[in-house]
Amino acid sequence: MYKQTIASLSDGLHQGTFSSVELTRQCLERINRYNAQLNCFITVTEELALADAREADRRLQSGEAAPMTGIPIAHKDIFCTDGVKTSCASRMLDNFIAPYDATVVASFKNAGAVMLGKTNMDEFAMGSSNETSFYGAVGNPWDSTKVPGGSSGGSAAAVAARLALGATGTDTGGSIRQPAALCGLTGLKPTYGRVSRYGMIAFASSLDQGGPLTYTAEDAALMLNVMAGFDEKDSTSIDQAVPDYCAGLNQCIDGLKIGVPKEFFGEGLDSVVGDRVEQAIQQFEKMGATIVEVSLPNSMLSVPAYYVVAPAECSSNLSRFDGVRYGYRCEEPVDLMDLYKRSRGEGFGAEVKRRIMIGTYALSAGYYDAYYLKAQKLRQLISDDFRRAFAGVDVIIGPTTPTTAFPVGDKLDDPIQMYLSDIYTIAANLAGLPAISIPCGFSDGLPVGMQIIGAYFKEEQLLNIAHQYQQETDWHKQMPEGFS
Amino acid sequence: MNWETVIGLEIHAQLATKSKIFSSASTTYGADPNTQACVVDLGMPGVLPVLNSEVVRMAVKFGLAINAEITMRSVFARKNYFYPDLPKGYQISQLDLPIVGQGRLEIHPEDGESRTIGVTRAHLEEDAGKSLHEDFQGCTGVDLNRAGTPLLEIVSEPELRSAKEAVAYMKKIHALVRYLEISDGNMQEGSFRCDANVSVRSLGETTLGTRTEIKNLNSFRFVERAINIEVERQIELLENGGSVTQETRLYDSVKDETRPMRSKEEAFDYRYFPDPDLLPVTLDDDYIEQVRRTLPELPDDKRKRFISQFGLTPYEADVLTASHELANYFECVQKISGGETKLTASWVMGDLMGALNKAGLEITASSVTAEMLGDMIKRISDDTISGKLAKQVFNAMWQGEGDADAIIEKKGLRQVTDSGAIEQIIDDILVGNPQQLEQYRAGKEKLFGFFVGQVMKATQGKANPAQVNIILKKKLTDF
Amino acid sequence: MALDRSDVEKIAHLARLAVSEEDIRAYTCSLTDILKFVEQMDSADVVDVTPMAHPLDAVQRLREDEVREVNQREKFQSIAPQVEAGLYLVPRVIE
Repeated sequence: MYKQTIASLSDGLHQGTFSSVELTRQCLERINRYNAQLNCFITVTEELALADAREADRRLQSGEAAPMTGIPIAHKDIFCTDGVKTSCASRMLDNFIAPYDATVVASFKNAGAVMLGKTNMDEFAMGSSNETSFYGAVGNPWDSTKVPGGSSGGSAAAVAARLALGATGTDTGGSIRQPAALCGLTGLKPTYGRVSRYGMIAFASSLDQGGPLTYTAEDAALMLNVMAGFDEKDSTSIDQAVPDYCAGLNQCIDGLKIGVPKEFFGEGLDSVVGDRVEQAIQQFEKMGATIVEVSLPNSMLSVPAYYVVAPAECSSNLSRFDGVRYGYRCEEPVDLMDLYKRSRGEGFGAEVKRRIMIGTYALSAGYYDAYYLKAQKLRQLISDDFRRAFAGVDVIIGPTTPTTAFPVGDKLDDPIQMYLSDIYTIAANLAGLPAISIPCGFSDGLPVGMQIIGAYFKEEQLLNIAHQYQQETDWHKQMPEGFS
Repeated sequence: MNWETVIGLEIHAQLATKSKIFSSASTTYGADPNTQACVVDLGMPGVLPVLNSEVVRMAVKFGLAINAEITMRSVFARKNYFYPDLPKGYQISQLDLPIVGQGRLEIHPEDGESRTIGVTRAHLEEDAGKSLHEDFQGCTGVDLNRAGTPLLEIVSEPELRSAKEAVAYMKKIHALVRYLEISDGNMQEGSFRCDANVSVRSLGETTLGTRTEIKNLNSFRFVERAINIEVERQIELLENGGSVTQETRLYDSVKDETRPMRSKEEAFDYRYFPDPDLLPVTLDDDYIEQVRRTLPELPDDKRKRFISQFGLTPYEADVLTASHELANYFECVQKISGGETKLTASWVMGDLMGALNKAGLEITASSVTAEMLGDMIKRISDDTISGKLAKQVFNAMWQGEGDADAIIEKKGLRQVTDSGAIEQIIDDILVGNPQQLEQYRAGKEKLFGFFVGQVMKATQGKANPAQVNIILKKKLTDF
Repeated sequence: MALDRSDVEKIAHLARLAVSEEDIRAYTCSLTDILKFVEQMDSADVVDVTPMAHPLDAVQRLREDEVREVNQREKFQSIAPQVEAGLYLVPRVIE
């Protein structure tokens, strides 16, 4: 069963071919078998999962079931789960039992989905390799010496190894798309404001967005149907009707205009990765799309701008972790200053502290204009580039990452090299645009991902294009050896 | 050297909403610690703020009342600093684009000239919690019930020139927010408090001297004391060749001194930036007009009307318009009394306010209602009682002995206006005091008062004084 | 902008982070590298560009002034490091 998609398993559950309890048990067994090796779960909620599954089976029998009812999924440990440890992969929150549910978590509960547990991630979502986790690195199911990407690395590894049928992730600079690419999955970052951020522990508020990691675009559509929507608890949530993302999947893409930004194929891009993406673009041409070269001249400055905006917001967002009301508190503080400094100094890992310091500096008196304000202006220029490009094309396609999964430890001591692994994904966050990464081939046995960026609120179109591509190709159907 | 004092006030008025500025938790005062702090107020990971509509409406109402520019697109910013009663490690406030821009206000200081004071801005922000410094196992206790309570911070230009002016300004703002019903202005509960920026400079100097900020003044008396003491301290420092350090100070009302705040010793770098969790607040003309239509008659307009319509002195008008409750009371008494404006003003400002002050009561808690006082004044003007006896009536009403007519009846305080009866009493007195009568006739006219006193004594004060005068004069010449 | 160790100490203090002597040295290098890296921004002409604080041109939604929260102090304080009499405790603060 674990080899099937959510879409086909949902059919099986509704037809009564098997029960959610059976399906859930199978996932739990696989977690028990493989988690020690992959380290993709921080918390496994076995009993809760089985209780969820029994309730789902009751709903399925009584005809109250929704498409996601009874489907076992995992949540990135950045989403607050009432009564369940929510660590953000940080020592700071190692003892934190969230007292409420994130809106995304509540939505999946209402839909009857089964929560298997909470997945590993880079600490506070700051990282591109899942190596900054307090709970240790996560193995890439395709090659355990390689990183799964980050920050939603645990979610990606769990789904790629078929321990969960789908998982939630969050994407601030590529944290869904990059691990999806590195693990051979479909990963969607929706338009900023499409998915509620309430209960999603904030890294950079103006960039963070939750989304699904799945085998297929169709599964992503099923999950997004649950996740997307207006939330009155999130002021940045957009009150706009949510389409049925499954409804448009089968539309023909004949006549689609695809923009290919020349800046995404320049220096730094691995040649095999570049070839695979170009082959995918040719595939779209065969399917009736026209290809247009576009230019995003400022997109190459997106990484520098991002590493001002994101740390600035994070330095403020993470001030609440002070050892007073919840979370880690240092032993025997001598005074208040000592309480703050040691609780935070000991509770946060090196990369989180680095970003807090960069952000603190960028916002401090005398430097605000040179860093923060300039980055916000650059953000406008990057956004304008996209606006111009979308005047002539429907979507923009390029590589998701410059290389395939890199070796564990390779970039850990070189922050800037690590930051540059998100060079193609960050611009969509800065502009707030939706983007999806789907598998488009392999290089030395490692998956290659292609990124499709859409105009605002065009998730339906992105899923349609991805689904059509997946009807013609079988990259997404490949499974890592050792987990089949 | 002659010194000039320069004062600017930052007044924090707690807005009278039911729920907090960014959460749906209650703002009710006095609840058990931390029982009104929800996940948002506690700064739990993942929570987000959503703005309360009433807070915006109240701020706009205030802005319109001081003729300020209303910012059609205002922005919330984060002010970052660490303190145990600040749960998120930042306060959501407004910096560059406050909801209320430049406005102005006329003040009428006691024994001073009326002046217009500029209001630089008024912005919305969330209040912090409370740190309780009593000893809890050698620790400070933190109560976050107040965290997230909406505040309107009203910042004046440094245009106040004395502690008296500062108090007059603060009283004016206090009256205004209560007129507008946007704050209860309760100073004991901390709903209305201010920080004073104080500096001095030699008279004629145009640049400002180094200022100190005195934090958290929560009574008019403390504002006046603290400023006066701080001004003296600064002048003394400067005259002895020293210099003022820019710092935050605390006023100690017990020791009657200001001293530097320990917790604010280090220089702050608040790292303000626009709050990414909140979007710009946009208003349109329709909204502004809608709010404008809800404005009551404002204190200054009322003051002008009291002068022109009732012929009150500016001082009387100031006192009587200090709060809208008092102004309403006055107008009500005045109407019931049948238009006895002067008499009403003197009774309200005299005996009534005296009794209220003594009992520490607000006008709304007065045991003598406007109807009762109006009826009593009517009895003075229709000569049923004399002004002197009215004091007895008032005191009895204050003690809860009933309304004026009942007390007059019960105590037999009705004035004697029968001239025959008065004549008879006067005749008896003249007969009974031949010596004095002799002296009076010999030219000792001072004794007139003696005879009036005797009449009043004989009638227990009930004889109509005007009648007594006329008849007595006639008798003394004729007798 | 090259930072020196006193800059890093100042930043760490502002951010309330205890950083060991050894780590100060490492952060001085990496923060300097990152600042140099982000200064690539200087190559763009941003004069006359309006800063973008939010991806979407949306405006703040306003909530009704209603009390909807109930007291959950016990639940919230069950995860607190130190409480007494309903108060969160911190080392003594002197004003």
